[in-house]
Amino acid sequence: MHLMPAAMARGLAGTAIGLALLSGAASAQDRNATPVENEIADFTLDNGLEVVVIPDRRAPVVTHMLWFKVGSADEEPGKSGIAHFLEHLMFKGTDKYPQGEFSTRIAEVGGRENAFTSYDYTAYFQQIAPEHLETMMEFEADRMTGLVLTDAVVDPEREVVIEERNSRIETQPNSILSESVNATLYQNHGYGVPIIGWMHEIEKLNRADALEFYQRYYAPNNAVLVVAGDVDVEEVRELATEHYGAIPANPELGARARTEEPPQRTARTVTYRDERVTVPGYSKSWVVPSYSTAEDGEAEVLDLLSEILGGGIRSRLYQSLVVEQGIASSAGSYFRGTSLDATVFGVYGAPRGEATLEDVEAAADAEIRKIAEEGVTAEELEAAKNRYLRSIIFARDDQSGMANMYGAALTTGSTVADVEAWPERIRAVEADAIKAAAARYLDQNRSVTGYLLPQEEGRS
Amino acid sequence: MSFPFNLKTFTGTIVRTLGATAIALTVAWPAAAAVDIQEVRSDSGVTAWLVEDYTIPMIAINFAFEGGATQDPDGKGGLVNLMSALFDEGAGDLESNDYQEALDNAGAEMSFNATTDALYGSMRLLSDNKDEALRLLALAVNEPRFDETPVERMRQQILTGIRASSRDPQRQGMRQFSRTLYGDHPYALEREGTEETITVVTPDDLRAAHGDLLAKSNLHVAVVGAIDAETLKADLDRIFGDLPDEARLKDIARVEPKLGEEVLYEFALPQSTLQLVYPGIERDDPEFFAAYLMNHIFGGGTFSSRLFNEVRETRGLTYGIGSWLQGREYSNSLAISTSTRADQVTQALDVIRQEVAKFIAEGPTEEELAKAKTYVIGAYAINNLDSSASIARTLLELQRDDLGIDYIETRVDQIESVTLDEVRASAQRLLSAEPSLLVIGPGARETDTGNDAAAGEGETDSSN
Repeated sequence: MHLMPAAMARGLAGTAIGLALLSGAASAQDRNATPVENEIADFTLDNGLEVVVIPDRRAPVVTHMLWFKVGSADEEPGKSGIAHFLEHLMFKGTDKYPQGEFSTRIAEVGGRENAFTSYDYTAYFQQIAPEHLETMMEFEADRMTGLVLTDAVVDPEREVVIEERNSRIETQPNSILSESVNATLYQNHGYGVPIIGWMHEIEKLNRADALEFYQRYYAPNNAVLVVAGDVDVEEVRELATEHYGAIPANPELGARARTEEPPQRTARTVTYRDERVTVPGYSKSWVVPSYSTAEDGEAEVLDLLSEILGGGIRSRLYQSLVVEQGIASSAGSYFRGTSLDATVFGVYGAPRGEATLEDVEAAADAEIRKIAEEGVTAEELEAAKNRYLRSIIFARDDQSGMANMYGAALTTGSTVADVEAWPERIRAVEADAIKAAAARYLDQNRSVTGYLLPQEEGRS
Repeated sequence: MSFPFNLKTFTGTIVRTLGATAIALTVAWPAAAAVDIQEVRSDSGVTAWLVEDYTIPMIAINFAFEGGATQDPDGKGGLVNLMSALFDEGAGDLESNDYQEALDNAGAEMSFNATTDALYGSMRLLSDNKDEALRLLALAVNEPRFDETPVERMRQQILTGIRASSRDPQRQGMRQFSRTLYGDHPYALEREGTEETITVVTPDDLRAAHGDLLAKSNLHVAVVGAIDAETLKADLDRIFGDLPDEARLKDIARVEPKLGEEVLYEFALPQSTLQLVYPGIERDDPEFFAAYLMNHIFGGGTFSSRLFNEVRETRGLTYGIGSWLQGREYSNSLAISTSTRADQVTQALDVIRQEVAKFIAEGPTEEELAKAKTYVIGAYAINNLDSSASIARTLLELQRDDLGIDYIETRVDQIESVTLDEVRASAQRLLSAEPSLLVIGPGARETDTGNDAAAGEGETDSSN
């Protein structure tokens, strides 16, 4: 685990804004109205495929993303990791385009591609010059239903995923801890299972598991196509209809059924000791509503609470623990609002100098209590809102960021209208609501605290 | 920040490959796409490259002063890195808190960071608030306060970081490898310095270094967004016009990485990390693009390279493998890096070495070269020009590398004209050397026996 130098820690803290922004930001600006040709379009094909087009004609680049409304939290018990394993296997070819042909074609035209899996979604994307958009659609539509898998390609790829788990989790003390914190925080829901899967279950995943998952979930009526960049809405509509429109919907596809969490009633602690750790750290996590599950406006309140409490160097945690008291090397908070089911609010910190981890945790708890009891000032609420609102303008500079924002929102229960109304809803949040949310949700007696500690003396 | 949560956009999202991060280190200037770059020269002699764009009411400004951590005074390693953390900790008559509040109110985001070779700064701002934002940037550049309290706080944070990594095998293994490769050159040292060296840096040292390093002679500036050339001229003078004309930089010797060395950093891990270092090539070498294409075919292409196909796709030995040309101010190298289960280290190394030998002997095919060229030409816009922020970063690096304002057009011809023979010759030139090898993992010591697979396997079976 690395404690990053200050400048980097700040950089990271800064991304918390981006995170919240992604919870649903919009392009609509009253300060600078979006020109008509840059307006975001949203429509649905007859087979149920939703299409979002985000024009940005500044550079001859297009981002083409296909998002499926399925992620690791949709896996059957015992099959953890299958959503992510299938994502890897999606690069193994079809009858029409054998293994490697899609990637070769992308590379030939100077394109960039990748794919990613989360709890609630799996997405595939390419960035290419506009004239290659149609080719990308042709290939992507083909592999939505045409995937061909043999043991000869599945078996080595399972080894790749095992190496990936080794890289991401097994060799990283903080990942080992956070995996366990999640498993403790969620008592019954799939968010408690790691996206990449547990090692002993990854080892048993096979071709049949992958195909079953694929046939069940990969269908146009379970997907969102996002096209951003140097494109024209009508052109995208025509191309999407031509290439994706003919794929039949899956009539068997039901509503997304997730196991529900029981109430959180206990305070739990998870401790991991590792000989690599020299500076301890801690986190405290709560299950809270997401943009999808929250009562009206409550997720926006949690975003602003997170920003005021621990979003970057102007936040209370940073100013109090790092700057004024001088007891922490880092301190902050985050809220993962873009989530289909109840999500996580977290606070973290690490000590510096003579201070102990207990000092840091106690001081952070005190800051939380202070907001729950005394609320926030009008000035800091205004500053936090302004940071979000300007981040929306900056976000428009990045077409792939915009595509990601819409894709993540639309696969976790939000709509384009929700995203576009987000700035207004942020503006509408009142100070009292922040105080109430802190009191209601950040209750020490219903939290999970994770400790990352050095190996005890005398042991190794 | 130690704590454990991915604050990125997709919290908890995992991607198919990590390859792209390593590859971004190259001096990769893939090409194409019309960008209208203006050269703007202010009255006081500050030059900037500008791309005007009014689509979004924002401006991105990126700049660099040549001379980064290599300019740390003897015995004060980490000074420039510490300095880079202090530009928003008070400037002019505004102390830390007042300065940060003013910046926040101005709707601007500012950041500074130091690499080994340069001190970088950037700001993105809303064009409505341009004057106030740039006033604050000018204050930071010209009159950072280096007050005792923030200096001490940042020092403590950096010290915490150094201590936190003191038992991290990846970090310590890399550190040892750098010392082996670069001996007593500054490239052997870590940017952050050590506990000893960072502790002795004083505010006066910082002020002195600020006076030496920030000058017009070693400054490059790139600006993209809602601003015209005439306005920018005046703003450039406001921000940089009062800096000294000449920087006072100490001479740094060139250094080539030492070859044929092995660093075996033993640590009980379920997965070992490998890195092989070969000689590199100068950015202005006439054979640069031959080497660039050679590397792309061999290990640079994310999902298409020979190493990717042989080590990951066919054999499933790793999640990530790649090679890259690392071009630094005073040294160049070509590096290959991967990670694999500890009992497969020998096998992975064997496959890599076989691929190297085959590539030297046969070179790439005509088809591989043709595909690499179209990729490297076409990828330019996508990798470098898809946002104001990335255009600004790109224009800054073009200036740092002295590539000329027409480079985006000329590079296409330079790439097109590379022949198969030149790429073969480049493979022979760079990959024939005996590389230096780093292995971090359990039983690392067994790997130097080369083909003795049994040793490596016996060592780690129990831990899996």
